[in-house]
Amino acid sequence: MIIEHPLLGPRDAAEFVYLGDASLIDRPDWDNPDGDKEFFEYLYLRDNPEGIHRELWYHEQGDRSWLVVTRNTLTHEILNVELARQVALAMGR
Amino acid sequence: MFSRFPEGGLIDREHSFSFTFNNKKRTGYKGDTLASALLANNQLFIARSFKYHRPRGVFSAGSEEPNALVQLGRASFSEPNTKATNIELYDNLNAKSQNYKLSLQFDLLGINDKLSPFLSAGFYYKTFMWPKLFWEKLYEPVIRSSAGLGKLSGYPDPDNYDKGFLHCDILVVGGGPSGLLSALVTGRAGARVILADEDFRLGGRLNSDREEINNQSGQEWVAQTIAELKSLDNVRLLPRTVVFGNYDHGIFGALEQRPDALPGINKKPKTVLWRIYSKRSIICTGATERSIGFGNNDRPGILLAGAMRTYLNRFAVKPGDQVALFTNNDSGLKTANDLADKDIAVTVIDTRPNQGQNTGNKYHDYIAGGRIADVRGKKAINSIFLTDGKSIKVDSLAVSGGWNPNVHLTCHKRTKPVWNEKIQAFVPGENLTDGMRVAGSANGLFDLSSALLSGIAAANLALEDLGLPTSQHPDFETSVEPTDITPFWYVKEARSRSWIDLQNDVTTKDISQAHDEGFRDVEHLKRYTTLGMATDQGRTSNVSALAIMSERTGKSISETGTTIFRPPYTPIPIGALAGRSRGKHFRPTRFTPSHRWAEKQGAVFVETGNWLRAQWYPLEGETHWRQSVDREVLSTRDSVGVCDVSTLGKIDCQGRDAAEFLNRVYANPFLKLPVGKVRYGLMMREDGIVYDDGTVARLDENHYVITTTTANAVLVFRQLEFARQCLWPQLDVHLISTTDGWAQFSVAGPNSRNLLAKVTDDFDLSNEAFPFMACANLTACGGLKARLFRISFSGELAYEIAVPSRYGNSMMEILMKAGQEFNVVPYGTEALGVMRIEKGHFAGNELTGQTTAFNLGLERMVSKKKDSIGNKLSERSGLNQPDGNRLVGFVPLDKNKQFNAGTHFVSRGKEKNLENDEGWMTSVAYSPTLGHTIGLGFIKNGLNRFGEIVHAVDPLRGNNTDVEICSPHFYDPDGGRQRG
Repeated sequence: MIIEHPLLGPRDAAEFVYLGDASLIDRPDWDNPDGDKEFFEYLYLRDNPEGIHRELWYHEQGDRSWLVVTRNTLTHEILNVELARQVALAMGR
Repeated sequence: MFSRFPEGGLIDREHSFSFTFNNKKRTGYKGDTLASALLANNQLFIARSFKYHRPRGVFSAGSEEPNALVQLGRASFSEPNTKATNIELYDNLNAKSQNYKLSLQFDLLGINDKLSPFLSAGFYYKTFMWPKLFWEKLYEPVIRSSAGLGKLSGYPDPDNYDKGFLHCDILVVGGGPSGLLSALVTGRAGARVILADEDFRLGGRLNSDREEINNQSGQEWVAQTIAELKSLDNVRLLPRTVVFGNYDHGIFGALEQRPDALPGINKKPKTVLWRIYSKRSIICTGATERSIGFGNNDRPGILLAGAMRTYLNRFAVKPGDQVALFTNNDSGLKTANDLADKDIAVTVIDTRPNQGQNTGNKYHDYIAGGRIADVRGKKAINSIFLTDGKSIKVDSLAVSGGWNPNVHLTCHKRTKPVWNEKIQAFVPGENLTDGMRVAGSANGLFDLSSALLSGIAAANLALEDLGLPTSQHPDFETSVEPTDITPFWYVKEARSRSWIDLQNDVTTKDISQAHDEGFRDVEHLKRYTTLGMATDQGRTSNVSALAIMSERTGKSISETGTTIFRPPYTPIPIGALAGRSRGKHFRPTRFTPSHRWAEKQGAVFVETGNWLRAQWYPLEGETHWRQSVDREVLSTRDSVGVCDVSTLGKIDCQGRDAAEFLNRVYANPFLKLPVGKVRYGLMMREDGIVYDDGTVARLDENHYVITTTTANAVLVFRQLEFARQCLWPQLDVHLISTTDGWAQFSVAGPNSRNLLAKVTDDFDLSNEAFPFMACANLTACGGLKARLFRISFSGELAYEIAVPSRYGNSMMEILMKAGQEFNVVPYGTEALGVMRIEKGHFAGNELTGQTTAFNLGLERMVSKKKDSIGNKLSERSGLNQPDGNRLVGFVPLDKNKQFNAGTHFVSRGKEKNLENDEGWMTSVAYSPTLGHTIGLGFIKNGLNRFGEIVHAVDPLRGNNTDVEICSPHFYDPDGGRQRG
């Protein structure tokens, strides 16, 4: 696969490390009253979609950017690549 | 009898090669394949078949070959299952037949053919059900020795294999007419083009067929086109290169056979595995001919009609004086015409009731509506019998059942091929991805004129995509090629077995049987009969088989469908995939900065991950590792020792919010760590399990250096980057790994201060100025930038001094020289481990991925006043049971006894079984300081059981010991020494 890195252009997937669902960015607040449950769901419950999936890739053999890659799990078509930091900031983190 | 014409063909008669087949000397020419040279030598019988050990000969002229598999090369260079039809002949080539007992001519296992009723489809599944005992004693040994293909040499492979990467705008796969033309059109437009073809001679079927293009012979057109392609700098031609797989986003896998690699003579790479990145691709992979089922249609001397044309025209092989052609389509007739033009007596048996459109008039006979029922001649065909009883003497037989486009590469990303009634074959499906286009006979366009036009069309579409100028081409004037076909799959009247899959010995009867027994889906059919498996992947047989199946089920072929096409298109040797990453080169070896010095001392090294670390440093006269390790421990504790600890991960952490960041990634608090101080840090995973530990040194207001364990250096860095970028992007903090930047040495023991005083430049090392857990930037050896940390893993007064890596080896030498007056010793990982166990520090053995802070007795370190990774989920009650495992120490009741890590604990008086298991020993060492074995381990409620005696059970080694539970801090429990 080739991932269009927002800063570095097209890079081979072999340079990256895959983590998983981009929902891992959305870490719950520690002091929420329902924190136990929220952390449990955050850590263990994932969707496993057939089709469009937003996921985290780490450019370990490159500039060490964490990226949010929107990929079709059926065709491996990559629809969008964003810097995870920008995504996190946009989410208000 | 087969022979070579005295002239003609695309072989270089100036260069003759001698080669050996089954220990017999033969000759061939440059430009021959092994198959063509064998045929020219009248060697028809080449191999024994997989299951029935029937005599087999060359069937095709390409990588679709099911029969002519040979063992190539001698001894360690020997390679099994190579296709004679693919091997470019070279001087002194050595090949042998495979899959026989005794000799090829007289094969003991030929008996299998007589046992065929017993060995039909599914015979594994049925026969080996009963009696049970027969499996081990009889069936398996017999099958193992009789079935199968070639043999591995049994030696390490001495050949070299290389890998490479290529980038292009347009990849053209296949160097036939449409491929060459696509490459030419796109190359002329300035695109970066790669053209790959598995043959060593570009030209595709123009090398085999006598065609004309614009009043030129096919060969002249090929030569002229190649000459122009070679003149274009933006075009790269890769003959001998099979493109075997299409992967995501325009990436293709290709394997190039290097013509300059001579086995056993030079060390040049035999193959290059290319990863080709393309923006667009044009698939011009051509088509593969299929056979027709009739009695004994697998006999040597029966060839596909196109293959016979190849041997006739390209290799100037004469297939005898009397030849028959059995066909259901017009293309087969081309073979008959070419044979007739060479004054060979040809009898055409055409299954179609009316004569085809491509007929010449020089045939010996033309039998319309004819069918072959059977043939005679075991090791070489000698006559054929028609269903009407007529018999004809022949030297060889050409068969054409039609052509299957080579759709493989278009299917690797799961686009399904579609059935085309007109050509009676599957063609590539719609909606190909990543800018892939198909041209020529791969797209079902079997006549030359359409193939060429489709090549231009595909090229123009690719150019348009890339924003390059397209070009108009006038129509081509080519010879007219009728391609009419009437489906005909097998002769129903045949009395003998009719082969469909030659490689796996699958007959029409096997397919019927699969149907009758309910294995009707194509995937079931494949697995039940083994049809389409092995090295040829059923390229000459699959479609015929599913046509027969669809006839049985009454479904259309379109409904029946094909099995899934997966890479690779042809077999790829494991050696080619491994490339140079073999043995020691499988992964890099990392050396510590003082490696050279340690080597000179005769250190014994140990692999820890990619690192090679000194394990101990034996002195003369020391014969057992324990002698060396005990000495290193005692000398360190007595005076001073030095250990290279550079392998620990080092991460530089800077920024206004660095303290806040560290406070969130470590379980214990970090906001109040003063400048010039070091603090131990415990890191958890988000699930509350302990991940790693290390030290955090604050070198400046906004500058920290943290360490990780050797094993987790990469993973922790990755995790910290995740936390920094994804969890807390607003924090002003930056990270960089400096593991390779600094050489770091532990200097431990009562004389460590005195030793360092000699090495550092005017630095006050007194306890008051530089107490336990202090850190500083300083210089050493007269101006060398260095860092000093007063931390101790050994429990002694100890420091770690860091200098830039390139000074590491010198620093080790200087420390050892300066330490002579203190009898300094270097110590290795083994002594390091002994001292940490004596001190009760946990390490990798204790961090199992299930260990909590509670298990380690560190639950109070997890600050509840702040958020940190893992904090919340570490509170789960299941991880905090009062009787949960605790890390404690163990000593043998009888001090002379020893025990091992992995030993499990059972309370005294209880039966030694899993139910009564209370924990296990994690780390064990002989403590030279205490004079007996000590251990660390987890045991239920351990902290409240000091003084209790339990059984340490080691059923694996048969060693049971009684041990006493004690504090894990065996040595200097109040820490006075490290603070001194």
